[in-house]
Amino acid sequence: MSETNTTKSKPVRGSRRTGLIWRFLKGSRGFFLLCMLCAVVSALADMVTPQIIRVAVDQVLGGASTETLSPAVRDIVAAAGGPGYLRTHLWIMAAGIMAVALVKAGSQYGFRVFNARGGETLVKTMRDTLYTHIERLPFQWHMQHHTGDIIQRCTSDIDTMKNFISEQLTNLIRILVLLGLSIAFMLGMNIPLTLIAMIPVPVIIGYSIRFHHQIWEGFQKCDENEGKLSAMVQENLTGVRVVRAFGRERYERDRFDGQNEYYTSLWVKMGYVMSRFWSTADILSGLQVMLVVVFGVVFCLRDQMTSGEYIAFLSYNGMMVWPIRMLGRMISEMSKAGVSVERIGQIMDAEEEKDDPEGLTPPLNQEICFEHVSFSYEGSASEMLHDVNLTIPAGSTLGILGGTGSGKSTMMYLLDRLYDLPASGGRITIGGVDIQRMRLSHLRSGIGIVLQEPFMFSRTLKENLMIASPGMTEEDLREASRTAHLEETIDSFSRGYETFVGERGVTLSGGQKQRAAIARMLTQKAPIMIFDDSLSAVDTETDAKIRKALEKKFGQATIILISHRMTTLSKADRVLVLDHGRVAQLGTPEELRSQPGLFREIDRIQSMTREEEVTA
Amino acid sequence: MEKKEEYRASLPFFGIPRLIPYMKKYRKTLILMIICGLCGTGVDLALPLLQRYALNHYITGRTMDTLPFYVVLYVAIILFGAVVNYISTRNAWTTEVSVNRDLRSAAFDHLQKLSFSYFNQNAVGYIHSRVMSDTGRVGSLVSWTLMDSVWHLSYLVGSIVVMLAINARLALMVVLILPLIVVLFSLFQRKLIRANREIRELNSKITGDFNEGITGAKTIKTLVIEEKMGRDFLSDTAGMKRKGIHVARLRGLFALTMNLASSLALAIVLWKGGYIAESEVGTFSMFMSYAQGMMEPVRWIVDAISDVITTQVNIERLTRLLGTVPDVKDTEEVIRLYGDSFDPKKENWEPIKGDIEFENVSFRYPDGDEYVLEHFSLKIPFGSNIAIVGETGAGKSTLVNLVCRFFEPTEGRVLIDGRDARERSQLWLHSALGYVLQTPHLFSGTIRENLLYGNPAATEEEIWKALKLVSADEVVRRMDKGLEADVGEGGDLLSTGEKQLISFARAILADPRILVLDEATASVDTLTEQKIQAAIETVIAGRTSLVIAHRLSTVRNADLILVVQDGKIVEQGTHAELLQARGYYYRLYTRQYEEEATSSVLA
Repeated sequence: MSETNTTKSKPVRGSRRTGLIWRFLKGSRGFFLLCMLCAVVSALADMVTPQIIRVAVDQVLGGASTETLSPAVRDIVAAAGGPGYLRTHLWIMAAGIMAVALVKAGSQYGFRVFNARGGETLVKTMRDTLYTHIERLPFQWHMQHHTGDIIQRCTSDIDTMKNFISEQLTNLIRILVLLGLSIAFMLGMNIPLTLIAMIPVPVIIGYSIRFHHQIWEGFQKCDENEGKLSAMVQENLTGVRVVRAFGRERYERDRFDGQNEYYTSLWVKMGYVMSRFWSTADILSGLQVMLVVVFGVVFCLRDQMTSGEYIAFLSYNGMMVWPIRMLGRMISEMSKAGVSVERIGQIMDAEEEKDDPEGLTPPLNQEICFEHVSFSYEGSASEMLHDVNLTIPAGSTLGILGGTGSGKSTMMYLLDRLYDLPASGGRITIGGVDIQRMRLSHLRSGIGIVLQEPFMFSRTLKENLMIASPGMTEEDLREASRTAHLEETIDSFSRGYETFVGERGVTLSGGQKQRAAIARMLTQKAPIMIFDDSLSAVDTETDAKIRKALEKKFGQATIILISHRMTTLSKADRVLVLDHGRVAQLGTPEELRSQPGLFREIDRIQSMTREEEVTA
Repeated sequence: MEKKEEYRASLPFFGIPRLIPYMKKYRKTLILMIICGLCGTGVDLALPLLQRYALNHYITGRTMDTLPFYVVLYVAIILFGAVVNYISTRNAWTTEVSVNRDLRSAAFDHLQKLSFSYFNQNAVGYIHSRVMSDTGRVGSLVSWTLMDSVWHLSYLVGSIVVMLAINARLALMVVLILPLIVVLFSLFQRKLIRANREIRELNSKITGDFNEGITGAKTIKTLVIEEKMGRDFLSDTAGMKRKGIHVARLRGLFALTMNLASSLALAIVLWKGGYIAESEVGTFSMFMSYAQGMMEPVRWIVDAISDVITTQVNIERLTRLLGTVPDVKDTEEVIRLYGDSFDPKKENWEPIKGDIEFENVSFRYPDGDEYVLEHFSLKIPFGSNIAIVGETGAGKSTLVNLVCRFFEPTEGRVLIDGRDARERSQLWLHSALGYVLQTPHLFSGTIRENLLYGNPAATEEEIWKALKLVSADEVVRRMDKGLEADVGEGGDLLSTGEKQLISFARAILADPRILVLDEATASVDTLTEQKIQAAIETVIAGRTSLVIAHRLSTVRNADLILVVQDGKIVEQGTHAELLQARGYYYRLYTRQYEEEATSSVLA
């Protein structure tokens, strides 16, 4: 579903995605460069040790002439005292090995740490960019996308991308450097033997790439079936009442066992395939080594190679074998990263809300006007609001009455610009200024909304209440909680304001959540306050107390109350009755009570119950 | 909760003895795996010897006399190595997935028997990961970790033995490095285990942040706290970055030590063993191979140990789940007569009439310390219709839980057809029970599969009859594939109203003597609402029914209404009696009336 929404923007060219990766790499490029540098140094150090051994075996211990050595090596040997001296002072050569080892260990350490710095910086940049971007995406976008899907993109796709760059790519480069250098050193010692050693290499790489491409499907099938199995457990657990009440434990067990068995058989099959691959690769690389061992012997006996060279050659060859086996897997896995880049790119393509600093910032304690406002949600054919005209005088209280889908919440969303009114849909003004021309953050901070289903963040109560106004004093905080009739609730918690709420803390009841949300909104001290059916879970008496307290403290604020309760609506200066997106009635509660319509009808029903006239 | 457990885990021998029953079944596979693994080590040990021979015999001896035989032997060894490696990896793999399967099965099986108190006290996600992820960790422990230990330990021992045999003095000097390395590695491992745990925690915090940032988007926008949320997020990711780099440093140091150690071994061989090269280059080269190759196994063994340490938490949790005794359990005697949940002895089951009686029942939830029922007595003759009303979270399901025997009374008895429910098996009772949930729960699969859930033997005719009775037939007809249409995970491909109608049909098909119904509060459109209302009336007719009621009509028609407040029954009587009393029920009722009437006018 989300695919269609995001991809339809524009056909995406590869270069744009590369640009995105480049952008994410900002701040980590240097680290990766250093990391590559370390890889080269480490590979070079790897090359030196076999040379030391070779000199030790041939010249120092074997007594061969230094003539065959390259001039540079010859100079070093001479500087160290010459073969004769070294022979009685072998520790110098051992120290040489340790010196090289230090360089190698140091550079490998550098490789890891720079790689980690680069990788972690990259992940941080990606996460931060995505998070801040998502926070700034219009509400519309949020409504069109599944939470689970976005989270997956923000977590596992980011991991895939990070692994691609900081593991696969850097290791690929490292392996290629090592491969190139060992081949170069082998060539330097004996060209024909190197060529012989190279014969099986394309076979091994080709076989490995082909294999990993083929096995991909098998792994996907396993993943799919793991998903099914996992869903079965999930459903069994969430539906435990149904299972027990229908006495279907046996059926559930058999069903689970069936899928469990099938899933396991898939893995067993994969095990056969993988084991076969590993063994085949073992044979291929074993034969390659044997080729070098045997032909090396032949070359040695023909005096085209010394035993020191033979040993060194085998070392270089050994360095090559493992990377070659890895290469196939790496290449086939790298192709998978492209999918993740694309999925992240789709989120980045969506356009953010603009908080234009040039926007107007007029005072908001003014008259609010809806002028010929019509609106329909994207993708929906029917109009949610139709030609709504309404003026709310500054400092007055407006009550709104309407059924589900009557458009009352939509009106509030439009006022807060959670959705933007299209040019053809009329306009909304505050103090005569079109809200479209205002700076978004100014408008929203000036309007306090308590949503129908309030959301609490997993933090302490105090942090939740102060989230919108971090600078407020303890006294302000208590004041707000008192007004929202929340103090008692807070006192009932053993940790008071420090109680941890939300997903990982105490679960608040519906009424407690609503009151907390009201308190939180009050801390905003906004000149316009909207209560979107936000006292529904609170009993009538508390509802009345909260409203009274509000009136006392925020008398000058413009208040909009969406409610079904007549007792609540009757206290409003004026009431708007919405019916399927149209203004059905508008007037003071007294006026509406005196004319036929929804208001009077509902008032009659509710006052009947109030006057205790209900009978069986 | 999980954090605490990670420290608590402390089973003897890392909990491994508890796994032995699960490994026994694969004894042969495991033994073969170990034997082949040892053979594989033999091959690995032989290769440097082959090179030694090549150097000593051919190169130093300047002859190619046995070369054809040598090649044949070399190829044979490679092939042998490939075959034994194939067998050992395949067996390790098979054992891993089989043990996983058995553990999952055992856990799932056990969950089918556990009581509701367990499900009330543990979150679904928590139980789920016991079944799906702990099992995996354990499986890989008994196969791969075991095999790696065999491989590397034998390689280590083997190479030391070969070196000792060839040159004991030099071998001892090389081996001296080992204890030092082991100590260093274990220090690193301990730090790594801790750091990795911290990283896991930070990671889940960041995922939580994303979740909050997305699900709370509307609130964040209206409060204009995008900046603040962003800043908080940035500080979390900064912490993560720091930790990540810290771990990389540790790992880097670890690798650095490894590198230096293997070079040190090499340097020692050259320094103290260089003289060997003068006579036997091959032996010298072999020593170099072994000395360098020795460090890798050491690292693996340390890794394996840390695997065992970290996995013991998983073993602990899993064995605790498997060891949890259900609160509600049939006695041996009952099982002997009536069978258990998996193998019922239906031939011994008495037919159920449907009379229920609470006889002086007191009840307290196993995890609570307050009695929610005290000396409660009530007779519910077959066919009566009981409504339970009260606010959300007031504890309306307690009575239902007792009738269904999801919980048992702390004191007193619940009688079914005049006999204590405990005298018959749970399945006996449940087979006569129908249950319709507030949030209808469908299983993934087709509509047919869901309908047959309560009565697998139902005929096509019965299915359609049930569907028509609750007007769910239209829902099915609208589907392209009719009864074979897929309902999606948890029934998500259907609307809430549709799911409800299907679940009513499911209950009717099961034709229970006792029906429990938890009415939905969720709002659906008027037409569906009317259908559901009619369906409820159809479903409860001719059965003993307990309804957790939200709808006025359901309440008004009930034979008896029980009013629950703060977990306790505060009022009971018929609708008229309770209204007369002008008590709590009266207030609840008027509020409900007001809401229903208002929304019906507005709709």
